[in-house]
Amino acid sequence: MAKKVVSIVDTAYRATLEEQDDTVVWFNHMLRQSGADITLLLTGNAVNYAVRGQQPPPLSFGTAAIPFPPRLDQDLRKAIQAGVKLVLLRDDADMRGIPASALMPEAEQISREQLADFLQGFDLVWHW
Amino acid sequence: MGKTLTVLLMDPPFESANTTTAFRIVEAALRKGHTVNVFAYEGAVSLTMQGQQPHPNPAHGKTVDEEHHPLTRDIVRGLLTSGGGERLHWINCGLCVDERGAGDWIAGPRRGGPGDFWQWVTESDQTLVIPCR
Repeated sequence: MAKKVVSIVDTAYRATLEEQDDTVVWFNHMLRQSGADITLLLTGNAVNYAVRGQQPPPLSFGTAAIPFPPRLDQDLRKAIQAGVKLVLLRDDADMRGIPASALMPEAEQISREQLADFLQGFDLVWHW
Repeated sequence: MGKTLTVLLMDPPFESANTTTAFRIVEAALRKGHTVNVFAYEGAVSLTMQGQQPHPNPAHGKTVDEEHHPLTRDIVRGLLTSGGGERLHWINCGLCVDERGAGDWIAGPRRGGPGDFWQWVTESDQTLVIPCR
């Protein structure tokens, strides 16, 4: 039987400028492409990944440039298009003053009270 | 009958006690007859780098020989020889290796990618992800 995985992305902006993406979001997107049943649960500061319309500016260090900074909302959208399910913790968005209207409509929002029942639906829970 | 455990590591060497804890888990599982798969992701690909060198410790007043500075490559090598050398499988994430120039590693690990990790997950009794924070 196929294993259902939820990857909890809690640590945010971990080398995202150097990598030009979030390595955990990327890895789970790749797992999906290998056939995995993947749900991404954004918690903590990572809820900010689902804010729509992020436009980080290019960055340069002397003659070295990072011309394509990470577009995390777009990366999430591509992961969703590949079949990854996206969920975020509504309470963590509220704590950071992020209104529901600013978040990607594709993201299911759950409350902390719902979290335990939500996690029961998975074979593997990976807390990144 | 032995079970199969897959572990994903993410911390680079000499940065986190998580790595030491992971090594202890791997060692204990091997000692009990289980099979362990380790997928080294991001900075963890440097755990097996051949070029690691021990250093003296001026604070201890010890030379290189006296200090016996442990190297993660030696720990992994020791684990790889445990259980007849057949029950620990180690993959270094290839793209992570490339961006770090970390391709010179000890004998044993092989290059792979997320698809290899997922294959292990499907074949394992349990999977443990140990990310860096």
